[in-house]
Amino acid sequence: MMRQFIIRRLLGVIPTLLVIITVSFLIIRLAPGGPFLAERNLPEAVVKNLEHKYGLDKPLVVQYFTYVGNIITGDFGVSLQYLDRDVTYFIKKNLPVSALLGSLALSISLILGLSMGITSALKQNTWVDHMLMSFATIGISVPLFVVGPILMYIFAMKLQWLPTSGWIGGRNGSLAMILPIVTLSFPFTANIARLSRASVLEVVHSDFIRTARAKGLSSLRIVWGHIIRASITPVVSYLGPVFAGVITSSVVVETIFRVPGLGVFFVQSSFNRDYTLIMALVIVYSVILIFANLIVDILYVIIDPRTLKRI
Amino acid sequence: MKKSLYINKTIKMVVMTLFIPLMMLMVFSCGGEGASDDEVEFIIANGTEPSTIDPHKATGVPEHKIIMALFEGLVRNNPKTTRAEAGVATSWEIDETIYTMHLRKDAVWSDGVAITAETVRDSWLRILNPETASSYAWFPAMLIKGAQAYNSGEGSAEDVAVRVIDTNTFQFETVGPMPYVLDALSHYSFAIVPMHTIKEHGDDWILPEFFVGNGPFVLTEWNPREVLTATKNEKYWDKKNVFIDTIVFIPIDDDNTMFNMYENNEVDWSVNIPQAQIENLEGRADAHISQQLATYYYQFNLENPLFQDINVRKALALSIGREQLTGSVLKGGQKAAYSIVPPMDGYSPIESIKEDDALAKQFLADAGYPNGEGFPDTTVLYNTSEGHKQIAEYIQQRWKDVLNIDINLENKEWKTFLVARRDNDFDIARGGWVGDYLDPNTFLDMFITGGGLNDPAYASTTYDDLINKAAKSEGSARMSILREAETLLINEDVAVIPIYFYVKFNMIDLDKWDGWYSNTLDTHPYVGMKMKK
Repeated sequence: MMRQFIIRRLLGVIPTLLVIITVSFLIIRLAPGGPFLAERNLPEAVVKNLEHKYGLDKPLVVQYFTYVGNIITGDFGVSLQYLDRDVTYFIKKNLPVSALLGSLALSISLILGLSMGITSALKQNTWVDHMLMSFATIGISVPLFVVGPILMYIFAMKLQWLPTSGWIGGRNGSLAMILPIVTLSFPFTANIARLSRASVLEVVHSDFIRTARAKGLSSLRIVWGHIIRASITPVVSYLGPVFAGVITSSVVVETIFRVPGLGVFFVQSSFNRDYTLIMALVIVYSVILIFANLIVDILYVIIDPRTLKRI
Repeated sequence: MKKSLYINKTIKMVVMTLFIPLMMLMVFSCGGEGASDDEVEFIIANGTEPSTIDPHKATGVPEHKIIMALFEGLVRNNPKTTRAEAGVATSWEIDETIYTMHLRKDAVWSDGVAITAETVRDSWLRILNPETASSYAWFPAMLIKGAQAYNSGEGSAEDVAVRVIDTNTFQFETVGPMPYVLDALSHYSFAIVPMHTIKEHGDDWILPEFFVGNGPFVLTEWNPREVLTATKNEKYWDKKNVFIDTIVFIPIDDDNTMFNMYENNEVDWSVNIPQAQIENLEGRADAHISQQLATYYYQFNLENPLFQDINVRKALALSIGREQLTGSVLKGGQKAAYSIVPPMDGYSPIESIKEDDALAKQFLADAGYPNGEGFPDTTVLYNTSEGHKQIAEYIQQRWKDVLNIDINLENKEWKTFLVARRDNDFDIARGGWVGDYLDPNTFLDMFITGGGLNDPAYASTTYDDLINKAAKSEGSARMSILREAETLLINEDVAVIPIYFYVKFNMIDLDKWDGWYSNTLDTHPYVGMKMKK
């Protein structure tokens, strides 16, 4: 049953990707301007040379089929902004950085968010609850491009504990990782905290917990064995959106803290009309999101096998 | 009792989970490797990630700063004046349009291969080759005889007037006696490139593992969006004047981060300052503001019937309020512009028509809109940016106050904006241009019919004739023809409204670094730069 489910989902990936590729290809080409448009209008001869070299002078349909044909053979083309370098060069060099940033931020959000949410719920309406929930409200409402510079100002400029920006390879070693990771985990920690608080509260007041208490189970066993298990489901279903959120937010964080990830390329390549790089990034991120959702669905089934019937 | 026990445990758990990620980070943090004490390292916050370091394909400013470290042309820039001084060529003779360049015999690539006249010829033919598809090919194509035809696919490489006289003598011929040719040779579109490694590695020749150059530094590390490192080139002919061991170029898109890194001593030179900090930096010795060879202007769509009336153009141009704009909106030391060519040596500015509110009102009345009555719906188009918005809002208010006309503002994303401007789909649009070389021609020839910045669709045969005549003239006669052309463009035809001249901000502590000079081209060679003891 489970295997069938996974195979069915995997087969669904191919048409999904094809639709994504076709739609993105069209959208990008419909956007006004091209990669070689600049403040000074280039002489016609120069534009002609450029368009000929990168195959942009052919009809759009021909370009589309050439492109799809090429990616099937694994050729994603050369960047039109970072001239003549394979777009896969950047994916190989910069994707691992984004992946590390994203997964560390995600783990921290999960651990911190769940702990905060559960603590808050168990100490409902005490000062601990109020404090944690005010923090969560701030986390949800203050945007990352504000949080980032504030943290940078406090910890790098004023206290001088951490470098302003950078990543593992920099001169300050991996200390530079702390600010971007903490910043990126901020809104997700807050969201997970609120979400888990709500679901714990719901579970705490339910009949089976009362039964468990009546049976004389220790409070710790109730929390571990029943409350967390039961209240984690909404958090797991939130993981899909979180994953997408981490990817989009990492663009902001990567820019502020100059983390050499793939996120900044995503934004810049759209502004630059770097057709090949945008397409490659759309494909990479789509694959990541599709698989992230698949994993979330599998987790769902593991936590609550009844869902398999519904999917 | 029992309840408080599990709560205590929960809190312990929370505290533990807080510490685990932190401890993970501590384990990762093994400290970075810095340069050893006697090595001089110069760290530059360099703006956006360079698109390439191939001098024949580059177009931007961050690329320029890197290329200047890695390559040297026939001439290089004097760090103070930015004028041409001996580079790969030690001396030259100029006979009107024929330039004979004598190359130094000890000029070699960083792998020891000699640089000969043949290398120079092949390099120049490479940028002009239509297959290279170079954006900046228009520059050599504009200067060298036969180059335009070759680049546009109409002529052949043999007909380009570049010649090898002997191993160390290279000759080229220009289309006219243009005085700025020698200075232009330091531009990266005239770079000499290692044809032997390009043949071997193709497009990958710019990667650190294959890199060969002839500048004071060689590329040793390049991680996209993280760092680009160049170390001293031991084969460079003038290495005794290179006092920096390593230059680290850090790509940063965010101006605030750039500034914070500088303030935190993480970089030695920040190539920009965030707009919000400009006022705070007044009086700081390490904040350098220099007049730039660049002009901010508004242009009219001359295909629009409204702007075909010279009186309307004059009315708008005379009521910008430039002095108040630069003084109370921009506040960064920018100077009001009444000409398209910024002040430069050897060219005296045109007789400027100062602003005059009463006269502006009169012109508007003459155009048939007394006190702004019945003035058609008009929009100012600019590319999305807080700075452009402020300026547009200021001018919008000025025109309302002085002329009593309501102007709409519209902003568009950069490329969309460029398309609208190129296709004459605007009424009034902002423009800006940074000169490529120290000569008025770098601004003026952009406005000939079909010229590179001629989005106003300005078409004046008189103007075109003057620019062409100047290209064939020399000395002060040439300058006065150019001045005549500019007077026509700005004062008589009012095709564009110059607003202000850009300034360039740099942060660098000159009590620590010697050999860095402010200049209008914002060109700062690394040879001769030294850390003060």
